[in-house]
Amino acid sequence: MTTDASGALRRTALHDAHLALGARMVPFGGFEMPVQYTSILKEHEAVRKRAGLFDLSHMGQFVLTGAGVGTWAEALTVNKVANMKPGQARYNIFTNDRGGAHDDVIFYRLDENRWLLVVNASNADKMWNVVTAEPASGVELVNLHGERALIAIQGPRSVEWLQPYVEADLAALKYYACAETRVKGTREPIVIARTGYTGEDGFELFLPSDEATGVWDLLLAENRRHGLEPCGLGARDVLRLEAGMPLYGHEMTEEITPLQAGLAWAIKFDKPAFRGKEALLAQRDAGDYARIAGLVMEGRVPARSGYPVFANGARAGEIRSGSWGPSVDKNIGTALVEPAAAAEGASLEVEVRGVRHRATVVLMPFYKRPKP
Amino acid sequence: MMTEMANGVPAGLLYSKEHEWVKLDGDVATVGITDYAQSSLGDIVYVEMPRMGATITQFDSIGVVESVKAVSDIFTPVGGEIVGTNGELDSDPASVNSDPYGQGWFYKVKLNDMSQTANLLTPEQYEQLIAES
Repeated sequence: MTTDASGALRRTALHDAHLALGARMVPFGGFEMPVQYTSILKEHEAVRKRAGLFDLSHMGQFVLTGAGVGTWAEALTVNKVANMKPGQARYNIFTNDRGGAHDDVIFYRLDENRWLLVVNASNADKMWNVVTAEPASGVELVNLHGERALIAIQGPRSVEWLQPYVEADLAALKYYACAETRVKGTREPIVIARTGYTGEDGFELFLPSDEATGVWDLLLAENRRHGLEPCGLGARDVLRLEAGMPLYGHEMTEEITPLQAGLAWAIKFDKPAFRGKEALLAQRDAGDYARIAGLVMEGRVPARSGYPVFANGARAGEIRSGSWGPSVDKNIGTALVEPAAAAEGASLEVEVRGVRHRATVVLMPFYKRPKP
Repeated sequence: MMTEMANGVPAGLLYSKEHEWVKLDGDVATVGITDYAQSSLGDIVYVEMPRMGATITQFDSIGVVESVKAVSDIFTPVGGEIVGTNGELDSDPASVNSDPYGQGWFYKVKLNDMSQTANLLTPEQYEQLIAES
């Protein structure tokens, strides 16, 4: 956990704004963060039907500069980096020698020689050690964790509600694209990206901490009466699970590899070399690895992280994430199970307080947004 | 109609320190969680209770109430035999949030010992408890 010298939790620039909105604050990744403002289910619904506003300033932001960044980063991650074009964002995973994941991240290529790397809050200190342990010529690293703000607007009405404050044409910004543009209330152009963690359309705004409250208030002032809701980490977790997106520490860890997490699409084995490549190749070729499966519970009992999972009466694995899924009107979850138990349609049992409840394996995502 | 006190604590009920309410009708008690409890827990998605006929002991953990984020024990404010459970909560657990003292009730207990009600709080005492927490 990231804490200051006294061990106290850190606060984001939006702390007072959260309190003023009646947020319930919880410790997360070393920060005091809003888990909910009104109700997780209400906030979830706002994002699915209209839009929600999130403070993600606890996430780690590293600035990478230099001609060597692409090559350097490719040796530490599973996906390609060097062939990204300026204005492009890409999901990636830093791996260890065993193929396990240090963290899942997004690279934003701002221009030819300047990148933004966004890492998980809970991994920010570890990731700073990972990247600075591999110094390379032509690569300069700056750690802005806790010094910059990140505000996300997520939901089908994001373009409509954000556009009035932004110079760039948001509709023209493609999914997983980023741009530096002027935003009302900021001194300099800021980075806006069409990325998110909810399964909806939306944008993330990277901005100086002292400008965060101004932008947050501006967006809520006009749009809250139309249904823009401030949303906490509780809603965010339900939204990402429904969208089949992994959460570090649950679907992926230092032990659970990206291959096991179902992220083979992000692993580029045609790269000449990267950390963990041999281990991942061996795992792929053996094929008998435990893997993450999506589960739908039969009754009303929610599956929770850590619950044992059984197939044909024998222990087959455990739940890694679980929640009520409002968009699918069922209890959903992920489980790390042996290969046979991960097949679509497989009938499993989840043990909850000593009683086994039926569940079925389904393909993820559980929820896919309707095409516009 | 119940007469509401400050903090929304209804008169005419008894309360436990674990934020359950008890409504007595002769030797049968209806049990639920308070408005303060439902608000602290957040959106309720599941309630697990003992079966009809089960015998429970005062202040034991006898079931769970689950919100989107967390699983919490139900510490029964009274002991005795379960003589009714609210089956509607299976399909509408959100009624615990919207109407904790009405449609959101949990179960009914036939008390095995009336003196146990002396271990519960009056509305005034419960109001004091939540004002201090």
